[in-house]
Amino acid sequence: MTTRIERHHYDVVVIGAGGAGLRAAIEARLAGKKTAIISKSLFGKAHTVMAEGGAAAAMGNVNSRDNWMVHFRDTMRGGKFLNNFRMAELHAKESPSRIWELETYGALFDRTKSGKISQRNFGGHEYPRLAHVGDRTGLELIRTLQQKIVSLQQEDKREHGDYEARIKVFSETTITELLLDGDRVAGAFGYYRESGEFVLFSAPAVVLATGGVGRSYKVTSNSWEYTGDGHALALRAGATLINMEFLQFHPTGMVWPPSVKGILVTESVRGDGGVLKNSEGKRFMFDYVPDLFRRQYAETEEEADRWYTDPDNNRRPPELLPRDEVARAINSEVKAGRGTPAGGVLLDIASRLPAEEIRRRLPSMYHQFKELADVDITKEPMEVGPTCHYVMGGVEVDPDTAAAAGRVQGLFAAGEVSGGMHGSNRLGGNSLSDLLVFGKRAGEHAASYVDGLGRRPQVATPDVEAAVDAALAPLQRDTGESPYALQQDLQAVMGDLVGIIRRRGELEDALVRLGALRERVAKVSAAGGRRYNPGWHLALDLRNMLVVSECTAKAALEREESRGGHTREDFPTMEPTWRRVNLVCSLDGDQVRLERKPLPKLPPELFRLFERAELAKYLTDEELAEFDALAEEAK
Amino acid sequence: MGTKRQFKVWRGDENGGELQDYQVEVNEGEVVLDVIHRMQATDAPDLACRWNCKAGKCGSCSMEINGLPRLACMTRMSTFEETETVTVTPLRTFPVIRDLVTDVSFNYTKARETPAFAPPAGVAPGEYRMQQVDVERSQEFRKCIECFLCQNTCHVIRDHEDNKKAFAGPRYFIRAAELDMHPLDARTDRREYAQEAQGLGYCNITKCCTEVCPEHIKITDNAIIPMKERVVDRRYDPLVWLGSKIFRREKGEAPRGSAAITATNTGAGPQLPTVTPVPPAGERSPEADAERAVNWHRAVPAPVAPPVGDNGMLAVSEFAFDRPAAPSPFGDDVRFPMPPNQLNYSHPDQPL
Ligand SMILES: Cc1cc2nc3c(=O)[nH]c(=O)nc-3n(C[C@H](O)[C@H](O)[C@H](O)COP(=O)(O)OP(=O)(O)OC[C@H]3O[C@@H](n4cnc5c(N)ncnc54)[C@H](O)[C@@H]3O)c2cc1C
Ligand code: SF4
Ligand code: SF4
Ligand code: FES
Repeated sequence: MTTRIERHHYDVVVIGAGGAGLRAAIEARLAGKKTAIISKSLFGKAHTVMAEGGAAAAMGNVNSRDNWMVHFRDTMRGGKFLNNFRMAELHAKESPSRIWELETYGALFDRTKSGKISQRNFGGHEYPRLAHVGDRTGLELIRTLQQKIVSLQQEDKREHGDYEARIKVFSETTITELLLDGDRVAGAFGYYRESGEFVLFSAPAVVLATGGVGRSYKVTSNSWEYTGDGHALALRAGATLINMEFLQFHPTGMVWPPSVKGILVTESVRGDGGVLKNSEGKRFMFDYVPDLFRRQYAETEEEADRWYTDPDNNRRPPELLPRDEVARAINSEVKAGRGTPAGGVLLDIASRLPAEEIRRRLPSMYHQFKELADVDITKEPMEVGPTCHYVMGGVEVDPDTAAAAGRVQGLFAAGEVSGGMHGSNRLGGNSLSDLLVFGKRAGEHAASYVDGLGRRPQVATPDVEAAVDAALAPLQRDTGESPYALQQDLQAVMGDLVGIIRRRGELEDALVRLGALRERVAKVSAAGGRRYNPGWHLALDLRNMLVVSECTAKAALEREESRGGHTREDFPTMEPTWRRVNLVCSLDGDQVRLERKPLPKLPPELFRLFERAELAKYLTDEELAEFDALAEEAK
Repeated sequence: MGTKRQFKVWRGDENGGELQDYQVEVNEGEVVLDVIHRMQATDAPDLACRWNCKAGKCGSCSMEINGLPRLACMTRMSTFEETETVTVTPLRTFPVIRDLVTDVSFNYTKARETPAFAPPAGVAPGEYRMQQVDVERSQEFRKCIECFLCQNTCHVIRDHEDNKKAFAGPRYFIRAAELDMHPLDARTDRREYAQEAQGLGYCNITKCCTEVCPEHIKITDNAIIPMKERVVDRRYDPLVWLGSKIFRREKGEAPRGSAAITATNTGAGPQLPTVTPVPPAGERSPEADAERAVNWHRAVPAPVAPPVGDNGMLAVSEFAFDRPAAPSPFGDDVRFPMPPNQLNYSHPDQPL
């Protein structure tokens, strides 16, 4: 079979058109690089549109006591101190500028009385910190970046007579392989979804911004795009993944009715006064406040209720605990038989606020449930339960440049596909600002990497031929299984055995089953032709989902403690010794290899932002002694 | 627990295609997109269909369901009778790529032609100050999820391929209006641009775009009419001119405003298509139904002017009102989407 392959030459290729990808592309183009943006779906539809709550940035518009140090502290606490401290620091320092910058691109956030950007409360954040637009912040973010790219294209049109002279969007295009020249990135290979034709991008620098992996789970808020492509591309190119055992299960996804299963109920429902009740009508979160948080959270319903109007003199309601605590509490209630028939609990805002107020504060939530499920949230409680939502793990990167670790050079990663920033658990709202902060850095450093290159790496023809063969294989087989059946089996394994609560035996079982699936996936066959054939597309995505799932299962088996987005029933406590360890996955041939790697050390100036009593819960005695020595020195 | 239901799905590509029959299990609480996914997992693994969020947030899953432009993920199966055949076809206005997927690049081309936000000179990032009431008017338009259902519905391009060059469509009128109303946008020629370069003059305010918008953006009332209105100071627009004439004349006869509103609702404005009577269920073919559901050859509705005040101008009540932008001419208690019998489309089973 002869195959026609379209070729393009770019300086920087950005894979992914979500917040991170678009921000990276803008920066690369501003640095004068010829930039391509590649996306599996249409321009402006990436997963980022779904983010609702807001983007966290310590601008201090609502409470002037907020600053980057408080934000940094919250982020580290949320991540249970497993975060890469440098990423958390850069993020806390730079996110206000990144948000303000969006206003110069035309974004319209909700305002405070004095005309500044309004900020709202969110679980895990000490002060109101989330810049937002109603409950469609992600849409605003992606539309703003999309329109900024259009404005750059208009500039190019004026200067060069062509909109696409320096920045071009390839929508509905999927990258299946990164191509290397030695250890240097030389390009990316993929296909147009519309036509099934192949396309080759030759480029010395690639930015991965492909988002997450949630499609490997049964109940998930994620769309079909989230098949872990970027994670798998990085692995195959010789980069490493860290923290893959940490997955966030959103505590409150709808579990019933089916048309809204997996759809999230934003956390702001709880921020605005919503409470969780079990089937007995008990407000159960008071029973689940961990010791670590006791000081900040209310002990009685009365105190909790006072907090909404007077946050300075009361402690916050336990419904606003970090999301993993909430998810675990719901899971325990359901397992103890106090859940609803569909396996969830009740989230009640109807009895707490007047209907008018609910409609005003949560307009799209109200409409969504009214139209999709005929549920009126101003009248009845919602049925919610844990839903796979976000992967903390991802490509191990250098914090300042976003360059991928491992052998490969010229590969950068930002957004959900990168790892380290959020440690073992991400705070709500920290992702949108993460996309902007590290998206910008990735674009900037990809551009300067290209400047520093002596020779442009070359794509080798045999590599391209191999990529073509691999892509066509599922279409040419007609004996294998259907990709949809295989995906269902994979989702069952991950959902049942590597889900929110994990056990040794089940994880071992999962690895055996994933091994068996691997053989079946290698023989998958897709019916139909090459034009817009979703069966074929899924068949190609499966191997990515599989290798990423293997990383998660392996790392989850190795980490014998519970922390953030990783809960082991057989090791229910957090172990300070494990805090010092990152689990790093790489590929050895086609097998996943897992290694332990020490975490970078917190420098003194950041160390001192915490109280000793708090640190004592996370650190080993040895580390505490160091802290004491530092404190002594400072006196 | 599910029951088997009848579906007709258009399968084909730019060379043509046809409606194919599927019998699919449907469970309680499902939407059309759930059913399409089930078809993909069983009978039709290569059925092409766009989707992303399955929550009405991304605007990917636009298609025509029983002839109505809809988001598949927001169309509940419970809105159909159990015995009813549900017919799913791709958007009409855009060229088909395959099955339910169409080439919507027209919209991206128009997006690229609309001048971007112009930041105010001398205001540093972080120094932008705007009041909530001022941003809300533009925010209404920024709710747009780019589903392009309004673009698909607007007869100016739906029925006349050659208009595509000169006409940007309702999605981009609201973009122009959004920037026009943006408190800090530095350009002052947004309305003139809409009139001259976007083809705003082609729009005869049929409001079909507003009717199909899943985000309930009042495209015509809050964006198109105000822009036409204000542009007319400097430019002769026959429609607005005609509109003010009609309403000036009517004013003596009936209380102002209510006349205009009832006119719109009783069909003196946009005509409901005149359709031949529905044959009894046994004699009907779904192909014919799908064809019949929308009256492709309907006369272009006569222009309806907005309700105007004594000075012949639109009421600028949006400034004094308790919600963003002007009150709906349908009455603020009317909810969108409107009941199908008030739309320009007729449901195959709807008695006419
Ligand atoms: C329902 C929901 C609500 C959320 N709410 C919030 C919130 O309130 N606050 C917050 O901070 N975060 C929130 N998040 C998380 C946040 O939205 C995501 O983590 C973030 O948007 C990820 O952005 P990204 O740029 O990394 O990737 P995405 O926006 O997901 O974009 C990924 C891009 O990569 C492309 N891509 C993937 N694979 C390939 C391939 N092989 N070839 C080519 N292109 C490819 C895709 O097409 C897509 O364009 C929410 C997430 C969900 C699901
Ligand atoms: S009002 Fe009618 S003519 Fe005008 S843009 Fe909307 S659909 Fe088109
Ligand atoms: S204005 Fe409404 S109908 Fe038109 S594209 Fe936007 S959301 Fe869709
Ligand atoms: S799938 Fe996103 S709007 Fe329907």
